[in-house]
Amino acid sequence: MAPKLSTAQSSSAASSKPTKATPQSPLPSSFSALFKAYTQNTSSRLKFIDAFLVFLMASGILQFVYCVLVTNFPFNAFLAGFSSTVGQFVLTASLRQQVNPENKLEFKEVSHERAFADFVVGSIVLHFFVYNFLG
Amino acid sequence: MSTAFPLPTDISSTTVANTASLLRIVAFGLISGAAIASRLFAVINFESIIHEFDPWFNYRATRVLAAKGFYEFWNWFDPTAWYPLGRVVGGTVYPGLMATSGVIYNFLHYFNLPVDIRNICVLLAPGFSALTAWATYMFTTEMKDSSAGLLAAAFIGIVPGYISRSVAGSYDNEAIAIFLLMITFYLWIKALKLGSALFGTLAAVFYFYMVAAWGGYAFITNMIPVHALVLLLMGRFSSRLYVAYCSWYAIGTLSSMQVPFVGFQPVRTSEHMGALGVFGLLQIVAFASLVRSHVSSKQFQNLLAISVVTMGVLGAGAFVVMTYKGWIAPWTGRFYSLWDTGYAKKYIPIIASVSEHQPTAWPSFFMDLQLLIFLFPAGVVMCFRDLRDEHVFVIIYAVVASYFAGVMVRLMLTLTPVVCVSAAVALSTLLDTYVDASEPDVPEERTEANGSSASDGKKTKKAGAAVGSQAGASAAAAASSAISDLVSASKSNAQSRQKGIWGADARLVILLNAIGMLVFFVFHCTWVTSNAYSSPSVVLASTNPDGSQHIIDDYREAYYWLRQNTPQDAVVMSWWDYGYQIAGMADRVTLVDNNTWNNTHIATVGKAMSSPEEVAYPILRKHDVDYVLVIFGGLLGYSGDDINKFLWMVRIAQGVWPDEIQEPNYFTPQGEYRVDDRASETMRNSLMYKMSYYRFSELYGGGNALDRVRNQQIPKVGPTLDYLEEAFTTENWIVRIYKVRKEDPLGRDLKTANAFAQGKKRKRGKPVSRRRAIV
Repeated sequence: MAPKLSTAQSSSAASSKPTKATPQSPLPSSFSALFKAYTQNTSSRLKFIDAFLVFLMASGILQFVYCVLVTNFPFNAFLAGFSSTVGQFVLTASLRQQVNPENKLEFKEVSHERAFADFVVGSIVLHFFVYNFLG
Repeated sequence: MSTAFPLPTDISSTTVANTASLLRIVAFGLISGAAIASRLFAVINFESIIHEFDPWFNYRATRVLAAKGFYEFWNWFDPTAWYPLGRVVGGTVYPGLMATSGVIYNFLHYFNLPVDIRNICVLLAPGFSALTAWATYMFTTEMKDSSAGLLAAAFIGIVPGYISRSVAGSYDNEAIAIFLLMITFYLWIKALKLGSALFGTLAAVFYFYMVAAWGGYAFITNMIPVHALVLLLMGRFSSRLYVAYCSWYAIGTLSSMQVPFVGFQPVRTSEHMGALGVFGLLQIVAFASLVRSHVSSKQFQNLLAISVVTMGVLGAGAFVVMTYKGWIAPWTGRFYSLWDTGYAKKYIPIIASVSEHQPTAWPSFFMDLQLLIFLFPAGVVMCFRDLRDEHVFVIIYAVVASYFAGVMVRLMLTLTPVVCVSAAVALSTLLDTYVDASEPDVPEERTEANGSSASDGKKTKKAGAAVGSQAGASAAAAASSAISDLVSASKSNAQSRQKGIWGADARLVILLNAIGMLVFFVFHCTWVTSNAYSSPSVVLASTNPDGSQHIIDDYREAYYWLRQNTPQDAVVMSWWDYGYQIAGMADRVTLVDNNTWNNTHIATVGKAMSSPEEVAYPILRKHDVDYVLVIFGGLLGYSGDDINKFLWMVRIAQGVWPDEIQEPNYFTPQGEYRVDDRASETMRNSLMYKMSYYRFSELYGGGNALDRVRNQQIPKVGPTLDYLEEAFTTENWIVRIYKVRKEDPLGRDLKTANAFAQGKKRKRGKPVSRRRAIV
């Protein structure tokens, strides 16, 4: 299925101003800069969501590896489990984007409470189908 | 601000808003009424009956569902179809339509309203057309405003392109599918606009309903990803796109796999891979933009951009590899036939043989859409003007659906909604421009405020100029429509005056013209609906010399005969077109039907029909065929008969047995398809020819037997039948039923047995004639 998925993580658009002042830094240091910027600029709420995202991704990768290496026998069960992690992942990532203060301008009509309610409804519908598909 | 005509000034804005919403509701009620009423021609002119072919199966399945419950229906194995194979109905059907009727049936019965299931089935499509009008209204409101929405709702309510598939009695998947299509698109647009996962989830739920209802769901499966991809390529990626698309895809794909007929296709076939690819791409892009918001290093950003592109290429490569390895099924023939219109005829004649799969003839665009087809491009141009995300959607939809509608008549149905939407946008822009009372400001010469001041000399001149170039009445400066820009550009060079519409009469001319076109549209729609699209095709209508209607009811006569005079388990062979009707109306076992899942089985029937009797007989006996049913229109001039379909039987049979059946043998040496005395030997010996023209010339008492469909003289000495005997022929000879004889008790082959019998005692083998000749 989706080999691309394994690289995907959560996101946030609203590209902030690319300040060109920084000198051309070697790659490892820019990774550490990324990590530093992330830990400093992200609120603990978003970090909590990110932790959940990482867990979901690990769970999804685990299922995928199991499917490739061992068996995909009850294929519907695998699909249900895998879709459950993928679906929950994107719903959570959506929630993260909606509550990210950087995206405030994009989601004018979606308040934080509304975003969470959407998330809950989406998850319930998703897991209804997952449960039905487990077989 | 000057106005062209007096406007009341003492009305509060709340009153205006309230009145407007009341008017909207009233208008909407009227639109629903018109949409439902115009679909009832079929019931009024004929009766409350299920139409055509596929609806008969849907009706039969719905009856099972209503009588035995959903689980029985789900596990229904139908041994009477595709004899001797049978058909697993529960797993090979889109159950949405039947489930909808079943729910309505149970709902009504719960409230002690004993409505017959047949009436629910007959009236389901008109009912849903009102819902389609509502969904189109919502969709168009997102594009422009609610007045455009009302226009679009009115258009979709009565446009023949949609009525053709949704008249009362046309109980087919499309009846509910167009509503689902529009509501899914509306919810998708709404989700995209708001960035709301709730609307994405709702879109997924309706997508699920659509998947359960119609095979055309693949259109949505590809439209939404294409829209997302185009937005991505236009540099319009936003978190809202991510939220809307991902919530739709994740839930929608999983839910679509719940339908047994679809099964694992969404992860296994090429048709669904585009959606998956865009899903993956969005994850990468979203991740990249998150990372970018945290670091500012130029080098790192370049690296990011490169890695995103590499990922995309790798993904596409993986897709190709997986297709070659067979993990993903390649495109199906139906898909190829969309790109290469000759493909189906060459490789899958069974698809090409269906009349609704033929390319569209251009008059049918006018017939189905009338003035909308002219407004359609204008509306698409309007969408370019403020090109918001949802306008991109309409543009893509317009392009894709136009192409598909040109390839296949049937796909006119998917074009119709977008034509209605964009025509409504165009027309409502026109009306907005010309209803708007504000006059353009003129700096030097003051125009009077009261609009009826057309007596003013200067003003009359101006208005006259505008009227003179009627089409070119220049648009209001405020709302410069694209068309009028073009026109006024040519004429405003002379006068350096400000552009605008002056006076009430100029407006009146345009508005009356527009209203006149709409009135003609309504007349056209009513006429087409009542004349062309309301025939059940099970019952035919013709006019008597005095103008009254004459009903030709041969089909039901024949099916009723079968039901009354043959054993319950009798096997009836016919061409696949009539399989569902025989099963639905006569309740007899059929060899092939309109499901067409097994090409070989259909080819077997085709071979039996196109072979000589001696060859066909073993085939018939092996399949336990008791009766053979053919449709013959030669007496009445009914052109949809089996002789006209015969070449497709030959082609399909040739696809499986190229050594035994060859198409050229059925033509005359000059390459003509004839049935008279110049018909080829193979043609005259074929079972189909014999069954169609058996004893046909006797009807004319030895005179000139004329086939009125093909306008050819049938030879005086008609074909003889040894292995079959005539069992029943309907009033107008449209349906002819033959009984297959059992083997001769003495072990002779039937031909010699017949010859022997005839040598001794003439006419013994012939059945008693029990038909009346109608000339």
